[in-house]
Amino acid sequence: MKITIKRFDRRKEPQSIDMNYPIFEGLTLLENFIKIKTTIDPTLVFNGICRSGVCGSCSVMVNGKTTLACSYKPKDGDHIEPLNYHEVKRDLIVDKSKAHSTLETSRAAIHGDVIVENFLKVTVQSDCILCDSCFASCPVMAVNENFLGPFALSRVYKYTTIGSDSKTSIDAIQQNGVWDCTLCGECTLACPQGIDPKMDIMNLRSRSVQSGYMDPNMQNMNFGLDFTQGF
Amino acid sequence: MTTDILIIGSGGAGLSAALRAKELGADVIVATKTLPTNANTCMAQGGFNASSSEDIQIHIDDTLRSSRGLGSSIMIDLMCKSSKTSLDWLINLGVPFSLDENGDFANRFMGGSTNKRTYYAEDYTGLKILQGLYDECLKNDIKFQTNRYLLNLIADEETKEVSGATFLDIGSGNIEEIRAKSVIVATGGYSGVYHGFTTNGFGSSGDGIAATVRAGGIASDLEFVQFHPTALKKSSILISEAARGEGGYLVNSDGIRFVDELLPRDEVSRAISNELNQNKEVFLDVRHLGSEKLSHLLPQELKLCKIHENIDMANDLIPIKSVAHYTMGGIEVDQKLQVSGLKGCFAVGECSNAHIHGANRLGGNSLLEIISMGLAAGENAVNYESKNVLKDNSQLSKDKAFINAIYSNFTNQINFYEKREFLGKILYHNAGVIRNDTGLKGVLAALRQMQREFTFMGISDKSKEFNTNLIDFIEFGNALEVAEMLLVGALHRNESRGSHFREDFPGLNDTFKSHSIFWKEDGVLCAQFKDVK
Repeated sequence: MKITIKRFDRRKEPQSIDMNYPIFEGLTLLENFIKIKTTIDPTLVFNGICRSGVCGSCSVMVNGKTTLACSYKPKDGDHIEPLNYHEVKRDLIVDKSKAHSTLETSRAAIHGDVIVENFLKVTVQSDCILCDSCFASCPVMAVNENFLGPFALSRVYKYTTIGSDSKTSIDAIQQNGVWDCTLCGECTLACPQGIDPKMDIMNLRSRSVQSGYMDPNMQNMNFGLDFTQGF
Repeated sequence: MTTDILIIGSGGAGLSAALRAKELGADVIVATKTLPTNANTCMAQGGFNASSSEDIQIHIDDTLRSSRGLGSSIMIDLMCKSSKTSLDWLINLGVPFSLDENGDFANRFMGGSTNKRTYYAEDYTGLKILQGLYDECLKNDIKFQTNRYLLNLIADEETKEVSGATFLDIGSGNIEEIRAKSVIVATGGYSGVYHGFTTNGFGSSGDGIAATVRAGGIASDLEFVQFHPTALKKSSILISEAARGEGGYLVNSDGIRFVDELLPRDEVSRAISNELNQNKEVFLDVRHLGSEKLSHLLPQELKLCKIHENIDMANDLIPIKSVAHYTMGGIEVDQKLQVSGLKGCFAVGECSNAHIHGANRLGGNSLLEIISMGLAAGENAVNYESKNVLKDNSQLSKDKAFINAIYSNFTNQINFYEKREFLGKILYHNAGVIRNDTGLKGVLAALRQMQREFTFMGISDKSKEFNTNLIDFIEFGNALEVAEMLLVGALHRNESRGSHFREDFPGLNDTFKSHSIFWKEDGVLCAQFKDVK
């Protein structure tokens, strides 16, 4: 019973190697990391704090799927890697600053007065733990690294639902934002908190249209008709 | 790097302080050893106490009663009177507190409270508050220094004026200083000294408390640690008090209920420990509530029981034990939250002892404290007039030398991870829920032996960047310092009060209606009792 962890150290040659470790049965993946570090190899580095799925720090890729290490029991042959679409700093630790800067770019915060009666509509969106699982599952990141990504947009949905001024954020999510999503739904599958960013993005598109924005994909579409001919 | 206000810690207290200081026009840096929001605040489920005008005095009385004579009526008054404005402040940031069927904010009873005043946001109150505060910080351009591990405060040896702090940049391995006109320590509690026997996240090692005492500040009442009655037996993961509030039973391995489940946490924890000490197992039984009700009331717990104990709480008994949950003691502060023994340095939240919780904390008051006192700390720090921020100080070079010594001179012949685990275990069993003179003396002797052996411990990982082996080691060093104070306090408090229970002195003794005070002289720990004001 073994797991493989993709190790990375930019100061070593080769920088990246796969290492096998025994599974400590009955323990979560995070507890396995800790057992490895404290009893086998103190150089293994990873993040993990709360152990109970609310701090968002321990997300990794297991067999290509985003997983909270504290909420998963490893199986024989599991392949563990750092999160996709994040710069790897060392082993399983990634730099989340670029991903989290989308919260600033999208102006995801309350603007104007709060609309208390709408609080019930954002119960799930406000459960986000910033684990970046949705971000690391989003295929748009592979083609547009400036895409705002799912969690920032879900937050914008939350704040534009409960804030009287939605324009500030709606203006901020037109570029590399709502219209760049392919609505593939990978983020929704990835979220450990049951948030549905795809649905939130669809709703933000409606809000954008209500604010006078248009789907830029529609503007650019050429239907093969040239109405100027023949007139 | 320089700023007006340096805040160390990015939990609820640190972020509230940052927002208030920024609002008052100060330049603010928040330094955190992880990322913002990776704090224990996110784990708080129960709720936030806020009293209506008719209820304020009763809230004050409830808090004072719970403090068992060690609460300051002035500080409690201050907190309770600002509770409603603190709640409104959070609501206006868009923290979606739960609503009842009439569209009013929903509240519930917490153990020890006379009235219903605990407001909640589903079972994620702390998480939603913390994420909301973070979003607001970003909106207000508050600067974060992430992956910065606090080494020491920069304090003038003569004047005791604090003008910043030194940090290990975990990412680069460099040692650096951040200078500031005033510093707010908001580094959280020290339940992590009970390694393996705490509901807290990793890293709750009392770093800020240890650093403050090293800098010449004073800590107090460290023997008061609240043990939560119901944590999962294997993993120490918290099962919310709501499980008992909604009608869950506690039974032993004979299937017998042995305690009124709704008594205060310390009494229930003692009853559980008594059963465990008789080699019985203890279980939480919520099977009679039915799976539908459970999935609605305790969705997080349902998931956690499955992952950590491989049980279905709708059909199985939940094996539990009581573990360290919240630390009442901490950095001694005055009514302005300024650290005793230092100038220009404030402490707030679980790392501080503002004489609000005293010998035991009332449920729902910890989230309230971090917000209302966090805002106050931000304001007080801005109003502090500093003397000389950029005065020469040797702290940075001392700390560079210390870290170099760990890399080069510490022999690493003793595995500190084994010692950490051992310390957690003996602290839990001898300085935990039930304590006595012999046990406490034994742990103190073992701990002082570990302090002597410290240079024979060390690190195997010699990398500079993201060396978490090094961080674990320094945290262990802090835990040794904080646990020593905890043990000395527990050993000399020959009485039982609130969360501190001595089986050899089971009664309250008002000779000890006083605060235990800790400080260092030439690196040696000193302690005494000081009367309650």
